[in-house]
Amino acid sequence: MMGHQKLVSDIAARIRQQKRISKEEALELHRRADINLLGALAHEIRLKKHPDRFVTYVIDRNINYTNVCISGCKFCAFFKAPGHSQGYVLSKEELAKKILETKKLGGTQILLQGGLHPDLSLEFYEDMLSFIKKEFGIHCHAFSPPEIVHFAKISSNSIKEVLQRLKLAGLDSIPGGGAEILVDRVRRQTSPNKATSDEWLDVMSTAHGLGIKTTATMMFGHIETDEERIEHLDKLRSLQDATNGFTAFIPWPFQPGNTEIKCKPATSHEYLKVLAISRIYLDNFPNIQASWVTQGPKIAQISLFYGANDFGSTMIEENVVAAAGVSHRLSENKIRQLITQAGFVPKQRLMDYTLADERDQSV
Amino acid sequence: MTDSLEQAGLLDIYHKVTNGERLSPEDGVRLYNTAHLPALGYLANLVREQKNGNKAYYIYNQHINYSNVCSNLCKFCAFGKEKQAPGSYEMSIEEIENKIKERLKEPISEVHIVGGIHPDLPYSYYTNMLQAIKRIRPQIHIQAFTCVEIAHLAKLAGMSVEDTLKDLVRAGLGSIPGGGAEVFSTRIREKLCPEKLPGKEWLEVAKTAHKLGIKSNATMLYGHIETVEERIEHLVALRKAQDETGGFMCFIPLAFHPKNTGLEEVAPTGGIDDLKNIAVSRLMLDNFPHIKAYWVMLGPKVAQIALWYGADDLDGTVLEEKITHMAGGETAQAMTRSEIERLIRAAGREPVERDTLYNRI
Repeated sequence: MMGHQKLVSDIAARIRQQKRISKEEALELHRRADINLLGALAHEIRLKKHPDRFVTYVIDRNINYTNVCISGCKFCAFFKAPGHSQGYVLSKEELAKKILETKKLGGTQILLQGGLHPDLSLEFYEDMLSFIKKEFGIHCHAFSPPEIVHFAKISSNSIKEVLQRLKLAGLDSIPGGGAEILVDRVRRQTSPNKATSDEWLDVMSTAHGLGIKTTATMMFGHIETDEERIEHLDKLRSLQDATNGFTAFIPWPFQPGNTEIKCKPATSHEYLKVLAISRIYLDNFPNIQASWVTQGPKIAQISLFYGANDFGSTMIEENVVAAAGVSHRLSENKIRQLITQAGFVPKQRLMDYTLADERDQSV
Repeated sequence: MTDSLEQAGLLDIYHKVTNGERLSPEDGVRLYNTAHLPALGYLANLVREQKNGNKAYYIYNQHINYSNVCSNLCKFCAFGKEKQAPGSYEMSIEEIENKIKERLKEPISEVHIVGGIHPDLPYSYYTNMLQAIKRIRPQIHIQAFTCVEIAHLAKLAGMSVEDTLKDLVRAGLGSIPGGGAEVFSTRIREKLCPEKLPGKEWLEVAKTAHKLGIKSNATMLYGHIETVEERIEHLVALRKAQDETGGFMCFIPLAFHPKNTGLEEVAPTGGIDDLKNIAVSRLMLDNFPHIKAYWVMLGPKVAQIALWYGADDLDGTVLEEKITHMAGGETAQAMTRSEIERLIRAAGREPVERDTLYNRI
């Protein structure tokens, strides 16, 4: 036991000297370090990267253009199989209404994601983007890598061609969803019909090469091992070394409600630990987001001392986590208040983390 | 961690803590105002592990709130009502008996009883209640009546607090819960609960109980209009009383829930303030054996983290808890034994089921 404590404190000392840690060291921290130490290390890294004590957030809305999906992932409570009576595809009128509401609330972007629909063509998505850009000119943070891979398959184009066409149609950036755990053992068991980990990484790498910024996520707390979590972080860190195209990392615990995976959700203790290790390990990621949608306002606020420097989105609309029975709601004012209460300065940002115009800072 | 403590400007307090030196009120204020939450957690955790090792206690208990009729009507309370108000209630002794009988098959070790300051229930109601419960469940420990209620019962009985306590013990009282302390400051009490027992008298009732060998708990209601200095004053007053008697078992910081109270404009406490109150009380109350993160009030997520910020107790499975839920508390009404043990184990702590007096069951 003493040996392990010595090892943990040696690793902590190396982190404080701003040395990069190995997978083995990260695993040792995951297994042996307590959350006070992990929080302290992560918080100090966060302060070095963002000494201004800003905590940012973005005003946007999750628009899920369809819930029809051929992937059938076991952890998903949102999708409907093709032919299901509750399957939908949003019309342009519905899209327009949602985007108008978003703009009225000061929204600067929409997060546009959907299921892997069997019948829609690549032209449909191009048309959707150009419609949105032409009518509203709003930032489109759209299509996670599994969707891009799906578009490539249905259109018999390469990933690069798909991305180029979508970019031309108005795609601005790509959300980091669908990463789940980037280890194929896990993916074969939970989401066998979805993009493999290499495909996911290939989409991101290609996007970065085309100058499209993206985020990255990790959905943990289901069937993955500790090693596989670290493997996930390591793949992201390596790709970021090569491309520097990720703006942020967002880890969030799997919510098992209404899904085929029977387990208890990861506790807040596990969440803060993973969040802190992410901040420590991903030394080349500028931003780490808190997940108030899964954790609620109290833990989200505490997470600002466990490595998170961003509160994510106001999520005027959110459907996927809500389908799993978890529905925390926070207004922009409430988010600003939580950040201020925590001793930080709330700042509205855009997708690329530039700050929105200076606004009234009072809460 | 000394690097972090130095960054946080808390190295001198760290040395005091490791040398077993008592913290000053100024130290307490600095701890509350720290901008480095994990460093504060680390300090509090040193004391927590020194006193309670890796153990995290919980209790299988039953709550009975016998009446919400109350003549104090404190501004921060969503539970108390005037007798004629809609929704007011009082339980008959028979109803209370039925509540105990309903759960005879469960391994409950404590009945926890708190109520309003009822304007006209007689003293005999309270002793009858205790006797009735003991008749049905003789082995059970009854933790009942805050110091505020005890002072009220003494008035009803026309006896001294000391004689009243002796009488209540004969009827079945085992120990006294920590409620009604709120914040001792007269400024706060005049503004929020002018009818309530003053802080000094609350402490007198607790000390009188301790001298009779009756253990009690203490609380602080935070997150309304109190200042950090007033919180520290409160903690220091408790520390002083504990030096005199040693009769407090546990301190429980209670997060104020504004919904349905006379202070609805106040924002609910943030998770950071919740953890700071746990941690600072653990550090200031060096003579209190236990600090409780009452999960019903904090929510299980914050309560779990609190096990690394000084808390060593989560309280109970708490069926039928009413007071917090009237104030919009959104946590579940009860956690099962396996849920509470999972929460503790997932935090890397050892779950220990306890009785009221912190004996392992």
